[in-house]
Amino acid sequence: MTEILPAEGVFSLLWVLIALPAAGALILLLGGRRTNTWGPYLGILTVVGSAVIAVLMLLAMMAEPAEQRTVIQNVYDWVFVGSFQVSFALQLDQLSIVFVLLITLVGALIFIYSLGYMAHDPDRRKFFAYLNLFVAAMLLLVLANNYLLLYVGWEGVGLASYLLIGFWQRKPTAAAAAKKAFVINRVGDVGLSVAIMLIFVTFGSVTFQDVFGQVGEANEGTLTAIGLLLLLAAAGKSAQFPLQAWLLDAMEGPTPVSALIHAATMVTAGVYLIARSNAIYNAATWAATAVVVVGLITIFMGAIIGSAKDDIKKSLAGSTMSQIGYMVFAAGLGPIGYVFAIFHLLTHGVFKAGLFLGAGSVMHGMNDGVNMRRYGALKGVMVITFITFMAGYLAIIGIPPFSGFWSKDEIIHAAFERNSIIGAAAILAAGITGFYMTRMVAMTFFGKKRWEDDVHPHESPKVMTIPLIILAIGSTFMGMALLFWGNIEYWLEPVVGYESVPTPLPTWVYIVVTLVVVIIGAIIGWVTYARKDVPIEAPRGNLLTRAARQDLYGDAINDVLVVEPTYKSAHALTTFDNKAVDGFVTWTASFVGDLSKRLRRSQTGFARSYALSMVGGAIILLVALILVRLS
Amino acid sequence: MTDFPWLTAIGVVPLIGSLVVALLPKSKPMLAKQIAMIVSLVVLGMTIAMALQFDGKSTEPFQFVESYPWIPAFGVNYSVGVDGIGLVLIALAATLVPVTILAGWRDIEGDQESEGSVKGYFALVLVLEALMIGVFAATDVFLFYVFFEVMLVPVYFMIGRYGGPQRSYAAIKFLLYSLLGGLFMLAALVGLYVVSIRQLGSGTFDFLALVGMDIDPNTQKMLFLGFFFAFAIKAPLWPFHTWLPDAAAESKPGTSVLLIGVLDKVGTFGMIRYLLPIFPAASEFYAPVVIGMALIGIFYGAYIALTAKDMKRLFAYSSMSHFGFITLGIFVFTSIGQTGSVVYMVAHGLSTAALFLTAGFLMSRRRESALISDYGGVNKVAPVLAGFFLVAVLSSLALPGMVSFIGEFLVLLGAFERYIWVGALATLGIVITAAYALRLYQKSMTGPLNPSLEADGNTITDLKGREITALMPIAALTVVLGFYPAPLLNVIEPAVDRTLEIVQVDAPDSGLSLDGLSSEGSEQ
Repeated sequence: MTEILPAEGVFSLLWVLIALPAAGALILLLGGRRTNTWGPYLGILTVVGSAVIAVLMLLAMMAEPAEQRTVIQNVYDWVFVGSFQVSFALQLDQLSIVFVLLITLVGALIFIYSLGYMAHDPDRRKFFAYLNLFVAAMLLLVLANNYLLLYVGWEGVGLASYLLIGFWQRKPTAAAAAKKAFVINRVGDVGLSVAIMLIFVTFGSVTFQDVFGQVGEANEGTLTAIGLLLLLAAAGKSAQFPLQAWLLDAMEGPTPVSALIHAATMVTAGVYLIARSNAIYNAATWAATAVVVVGLITIFMGAIIGSAKDDIKKSLAGSTMSQIGYMVFAAGLGPIGYVFAIFHLLTHGVFKAGLFLGAGSVMHGMNDGVNMRRYGALKGVMVITFITFMAGYLAIIGIPPFSGFWSKDEIIHAAFERNSIIGAAAILAAGITGFYMTRMVAMTFFGKKRWEDDVHPHESPKVMTIPLIILAIGSTFMGMALLFWGNIEYWLEPVVGYESVPTPLPTWVYIVVTLVVVIIGAIIGWVTYARKDVPIEAPRGNLLTRAARQDLYGDAINDVLVVEPTYKSAHALTTFDNKAVDGFVTWTASFVGDLSKRLRRSQTGFARSYALSMVGGAIILLVALILVRLS
Repeated sequence: MTDFPWLTAIGVVPLIGSLVVALLPKSKPMLAKQIAMIVSLVVLGMTIAMALQFDGKSTEPFQFVESYPWIPAFGVNYSVGVDGIGLVLIALAATLVPVTILAGWRDIEGDQESEGSVKGYFALVLVLEALMIGVFAATDVFLFYVFFEVMLVPVYFMIGRYGGPQRSYAAIKFLLYSLLGGLFMLAALVGLYVVSIRQLGSGTFDFLALVGMDIDPNTQKMLFLGFFFAFAIKAPLWPFHTWLPDAAAESKPGTSVLLIGVLDKVGTFGMIRYLLPIFPAASEFYAPVVIGMALIGIFYGAYIALTAKDMKRLFAYSSMSHFGFITLGIFVFTSIGQTGSVVYMVAHGLSTAALFLTAGFLMSRRRESALISDYGGVNKVAPVLAGFFLVAVLSSLALPGMVSFIGEFLVLLGAFERYIWVGALATLGIVITAAYALRLYQKSMTGPLNPSLEADGNTITDLKGREITALMPIAALTVVLGFYPAPLLNVIEPAVDRTLEIVQVDAPDSGLSLDGLSSEGSEQ
């Protein structure tokens, strides 16, 4: 059993982790234009400061034995009514520290990259303020020691995401996308809200340690309900089926935002929530199965959408959905999968951030063009971007020894430990990943130039390429480092549990089969998009391609099922309110008004109404008194 | 505890201030504003001084108690005192009055359509402040009723003299509705008096004495309706809400803030202070109906806000939806729900103020148009204004981290504790709330700049020092209390618990799902 220790030594700085970027955001927002020149640097400094503290905490934690790595810092009593007692308290353990490191380290790189990427944006200061707000909220999300405080971080990242998707809000599409993301996430929030209520009613507490300690005493039906509600929340935040429709539109935001929020960190919060609540899912088989199903559906949806999009960011967004699908899928497998869900989350966080920043670097050199049909042959012009992108590419499709190979392979292996059919499905999806990523690389870096006339591609400045290089190194070595040097599964085990069961076939068989399928997918992609010319106008495509270009009709379905009925009924209700409810009142009033006119023609409106009301009142009074007498 | 008559003093200062303002010559509008501002700040200072002396752990039902005979023949006393609920609402009123005075600094002058004078408006605001403090402080039901009714007069003139083109229609509608509700209450009040004569020998309006009575349930049910009707119009609950959109649309922003932000809270305050303790059996009897009305109100208001074309009407319908939440929390009879309701009252006061004032600043730059379609892309030319508007919008959709979230979540949790499905259903309201609130922000503040805003004479300038000074305290309180609600919770919960003790409804079973435990789930 893990001990819970008070936050001492370096851990007493736990609150500072969050306070630093929060203070940065506050200064930049309240300071206004005065902070324009130095604000962005302050923003970077606060995040780097948090990253340094986080690394020190990691070292301190590694020095402790495995069962003494959970520290809790009670900052103050936050919400307390009767038996509902919730502290503003932070919890650092093996699970939260890996998130803190991912958020602050990848965050710091993306902040630095943004200096270059947003160099000419007049609202650069605001951009950094929002990014700071995001980092603070995300850290609160993963450090909260209870569900209610987690909710604050959860919504805080949602707000930051809203602000940053709509950052270029002169574009109506950006403003609409921001609102859509927030409203769809609110559907997930209903899940989280009700889950927290049910947790409190069941366990009398919303603190993780209290809840997980009592799971054995609750009945399975309740736990299943909690698990499904948390899954709804996770589906919203992590763009999983059926709440996936917002992520593709979210690409309206600046590319560093897509990298940090909509690929590496925020969208993986759903996976965190499920892994954190592992005790609940372990005891609620049906809910865990639902998690697997949602993950599996999304793996394929995302991959199919990613295969059809010509917009490089949207294709990557589809890929993100699909990869997070893998994580959710793994988390649903239970103790055989949690550690690998987090493992894949970490490697994906690094390589997908690299891919997005690489895409941003390409766009930077292509006048912000995103259409891959207008790219081609960029490998010679943007050498560093090309090489670093290739590292990310090899990582995501899972070629050894790149980082994604290790984490995805473990997930596929875990799937076979459970059931060969879902394992085969996971392999098939890996093949599609091989296809769409090869397609992306081929259309962007290989083949012939298809640039528009006024485009003069060039490599990006060092402030952008250096983060790319660091992320590429991470994409290459991080998987091995975490697995062989960090022993990630045993590191996480005390928090999320880990077990391994034998598979029907030896492990190497799955590895080889997966690799073969991935390479077949890649070859199909290569033959179609590198060996043949890519037409500038997209061909009509088959039924599936056309559907995938429309995000598999996610928006159309939402519109028909939810949006239109809502607005129609709202309009009907407005008419009803004006005509019927208010109409009745007005009718009564005018009736009364006529009556009173006859009574006192000479009086002003005010006195007339008042007098009449007095008459009415006197009658009512009389009736009331009589009734009182009678009783 | 000192013997200083804090509550009377806090009520009398604005009254004297209003007299002084009213007696000034019309030629000195600036002096009138300055005096009003200073008086309201003095009141705020006194309120803070009083609040600091309030003892959250006291077992006395009321603190700062004063009582003098007023009409001895009828057992009417001038009795005042506050519990935690009254205290936070007085503090809310004392905070919002200086804010609205500052925000409305330029609203009256140069307004050709207004009939009234500058000093008149500010004198009315101060009179209203005195009455608001009185209504929350009264511990004699008759005194409460007097404040409740007299309050209509300054509001009537504030809408009817200083409002928009349809102001007299709106003012009359407001007055008729309120008077009707007030008359029902008067009837019930007389009935209550008769009951008190029978039970106690001599008639009384003293709140604590009335609470101590054991009224026959059928009588309770009748008298309950009289009070409830008045409160449901004031709050306003569906279907008694139709005066609110008109009043909000025709009022000056400052008037709306005081009307919806503070005054309407008298309705929900009345429910928790008077209805529940005096008529416990009736409250329990009617609870399902009231909860039904509250639920309808939550969704009805939110749905209509979704289609609103006029900002002020949107705020009115959104308030209606929020009053649904507040009422729901009161009538589920749980400590969590009722504490949530009172926190929500404060939060709603703050968010209403932020919305109306920011929108008011915006409209003052666009010939007072409240049509959402007249705006768009304002963020581009007035980022500070848009920033405050966003805070107001987020506060109104109860974003976690804001005080409205604490209120809303506690209400929902309190409802959930009592009736799981009611709580779960009401939670769906947060989706529609987000949809209308963000739709408003999107249509008015983001996107390309509305071409008509670039036309001559319509240029939107950003907020100035005075306007920022008015909004800053509200925005700061919204966030600070969201992260640190202890000052509210410390005083509200004991008052709520006392109410629930009187009502004597059993607390919901804690850990109800733990019944019939199965050990199957514990294999790990």
